[in-house]
Amino acid sequence: MALIDYANPSKFLSFADRVLPWLIGCAALALAFGINQVYGAPDDYQQGATVKIMFVHVPAAWLAMFGWGVMSIAALGTLVWRHPLADVAGKAAAPVGAAFTLTCLVTGSLWGRPMWGTYWVWDARLTSVFILFLMYLGVIALWRTIDEPSRAARAAAILTLAGAVNLPIIKFSVDWWNTLHQPASVLRLGGPTIHPDLLAPLLIMAFALALLFFALHLAVMRNEILRRRVRTMHLLQAQAAPGS
Amino acid sequence: MKALAALFMRDVRIAMRAGGGASVAVLFFLIVVTLTPFAVGPDLPLLKRIGPAMLWIGALLASLLALDRLLAADRDDGSLDLLGMTAMPLELAVAVKGLAHWLTTGLPLAIAAPLFALFLNVDGSAGFAVALTLLAGTPALTFFGLIGAALTVTLRRGGLLLSVLVLPLTIPVLIFGVAASNAAIAGPLDFGTPFTILCALSLISFVIGPFAAAMALRHGQE
Repeated sequence: MALIDYANPSKFLSFADRVLPWLIGCAALALAFGINQVYGAPDDYQQGATVKIMFVHVPAAWLAMFGWGVMSIAALGTLVWRHPLADVAGKAAAPVGAAFTLTCLVTGSLWGRPMWGTYWVWDARLTSVFILFLMYLGVIALWRTIDEPSRAARAAAILTLAGAVNLPIIKFSVDWWNTLHQPASVLRLGGPTIHPDLLAPLLIMAFALALLFFALHLAVMRNEILRRRVRTMHLLQAQAAPGS
Repeated sequence: MKALAALFMRDVRIAMRAGGGASVAVLFFLIVVTLTPFAVGPDLPLLKRIGPAMLWIGALLASLLALDRLLAADRDDGSLDLLGMTAMPLELAVAVKGLAHWLTTGLPLAIAAPLFALFLNVDGSAGFAVALTLLAGTPALTFFGLIGAALTVTLRRGGLLLSVLVLPLTIPVLIFGVAASNAAIAGPLDFGTPFTILCALSLISFVIGPFAAAMALRHGQE
């Protein structure tokens, strides 16, 4: 089965219908196992139980960046290979990636309150994730402004690639800006290097949340295809209506 | 080459004449600078400290507002379609349009900066330092903005969306622009480091901007 076979939406839909229950089941099982492991993990000697926020926070941060990667590949698929499903994949990845970015920000700020004594600091890492979130919102806004899907897809693809080129620059400059204004004195994000007892649950949680990402992505893609069919049917109906 | 020169001259001329609105960006810049003391109070030492940052914010917003005009007028009268059909590469045409746009909005902002800096108690050589950073940084604002302008040119209400799309891309320019200004005024950092990075950002934007904008225009027209 080559990738091009799934250019046919019906074929993709039947594939999604077959795979999705399994993917959701696997994600649920992995999440349950991961949460169980997190309960078993020891508390940090400095941070106490709040260290458990990390098991959601860190995978969410990884997937936030992974989401833009998926969108960039989909954007190449739209612009270069003109794969019909690429724009659906790109559009579906935006809200999922934005959701994981928001999860990362919210859990991070909940973690920051007891540890740093504040919900938000303009630390370089926080700031660059926040800018990533804003860029996700920009892409979603662009998708919502252009009503014709194929044109919206190309515009969003160009914006995604421009963002992919700029994200490292933004990351670099935000790092530079922060080290200029605030030498590493208050924040001790690094702390001690992570203990194997904490690392194993973290990797399991990352795996589980990645499965969740794929399940959500596939489900949103399926919904998007169905939504486009409904749209086409509406257009046909409007065309066929008497008096038009 | 002759066509490019003609296009350049046409854009500059349109911007300079009545209805072109080249001076409005400078006026907007002045208004933002005027509003600052009302917001933070007429405290001269404080104004001196935040002066370069406020000048940069004002220039950033002014050049952002002007972006709306960069391609929209040509879309309205159909010359954008003509540009797409000529023999010259759309990338070059868009780059020339960006250059003309910078000459009529970005450059005046940089020239006006030393004068406006006086209002914020940033005087003498400090004002010229801010102007120098604006001179190096505003091309990046124009050419990153070019991408947003091309993406939103076919939309009826693209103005606000344009700002939302472009502003995240301008964050590095703002960071290094303000950093270079502050380094020149107060130290302790070397002025050269942020300033050369600022120049690099402008050069990068000059490479990325026209290509992405031309691609967006081509795909938008289909």
